This record gives sequence, structure tokens and C-alpha cells, in this order.
Amino acid sequence: MVTVLFLGPLSDIAGAAEIELPAPLDWDALLAAVNLNTADQLREDRVRVACAGRVLSDKLALNAADGDEVALLPPVSGG
Amino acid sequence: MRDVRLLAETFVPGPALTDFTRANPDSGGVASFTGLVRPGGGVAELELTHYAPLTSSAMEELAERAQLRFDLDGVLVWHRIGSMVPGEPIVLVAAAARHRRDAIQAVDFLMDHLKSVAWFWKRERRSDGWRWIEPRGQDHADLARWQ
Repeated sequence: MVTVLFLGPLSDIAGAAEIELPAPLDWDALLAAVNLNTADQLREDRVRVACAGRVLSDKLALNAADGDEVALLPPVSGG
Repeated sequence: MRDVRLLAETFVPGPALTDFTRANPDSGGVASFTGLVRPGGGVAELELTHYAPLTSSAMEELAERAQLRFDLDGVLVWHRIGSMVPGEPIVLVAAAARHRRDAIQAVDFLMDHLKSVAWFWKRERRSDGWRWIEPRGQDHADLARWQ
């Protein structure tokens, strides 16, 4: 399984802070597994994706293996 | 020396700075900045969440960059996570150096870069409930000062 974390405001939109999805997990499978509002957010450039502790330079190339943690990172807060 | 911490509980800056100064006995000065949860606007509580696998290592790397860029004896970067009330310390940055300009500039550099390297999200609680704090354009301008 792959653990997917919704960070910051994404957790409100997704309705959960964390979900488990079958491995392997690619970008299209991730978008298909979340609600429409969340999928729209994830498609935006300003949302970054980390897999196994590293921020991906190209999130479309996501390829999470069994046991990986995928973190969905919206822009950080100002102030 | 380098002292980087993510703190889940409140801290008192004074004793932390006293200890930091003692730990750098050869320095000619210590500069510091304490950030507080800004009072006003009806905010009752601030909650700060982060993503530990990225935040901790990014804070360490940033402290190291400051040490490479400026002539420092020591650097301290403490950041709160979790729930805070207005007036409570949220961040403490300090630099010890032989000469003042390195210490003062290192503190300014660390504060400008902290938000861009660390993944922190904040939300505020007011009488009408919780609200996430949006990104701020000024943060990019602050970073551009060092390029």
C-alpha cells in the first residue's frame, strides 16, 4: 500500500488527512482516487508532490512503490 | 555549533539565548530575532502544521548555508509547531560571530529563507471558526534580496 498525505488546506478539501491506496501508484491513479475538487487542486502547478521524502521535479512522473509515503504539498502560508 | 529544533511546546527565548551565548565563548557578539504570534484581528489561536520528512532536513541545510555564507561561530534556529496563542514565540533565530555584521546579516538571511525551505501551513481560529492563511507575495521579494 501507499500512504497519501494531504497537507495544510488540502486536508479540508480532500475530507481526510491521510488515505491508503494500492501500490504501485502513478499520477493518474492518484487523481482517480480523490474527489473532483482535490483532483483540480492537485493539477495546479503550485501544488508540489513528495514521494519517499523527496519533492518531485515532475509530479506527473509519480511512481510510488509499496510502503512509500506520498505527500501532497500546497503552497505554504505567508505571514 | 548548530542548534536546529522543531518544538511542539512553548519556549522562552531569554534562557535559550543565554545558553547559546555561553556555548559560543569566543564570539564577539550574538544577534537574534524572536518572532511572535501577531496579536490582533480577533485571532484566538494559531495552529502550525508541517511535513517532518522535509522540514527538519531543510532547516538543517539552511542553517548550514548560513554558516557557509557568513563567518559564524554558531547558529540557532528554533521553530514552533502545533497550537499557539497571540504573543507567544513562534520562531527564534540567533547567530554568534566574531564581528557584528556577520551575526546580524545571518539572522536576516535565515528569517528570509526559513519560510521558503520549510513546509509550514498555518491556520487561525477566530470567533467564526478556523481559516487557512494564504501564501504571501512579499515572501518572494524577501528572498530576492539575497540573490
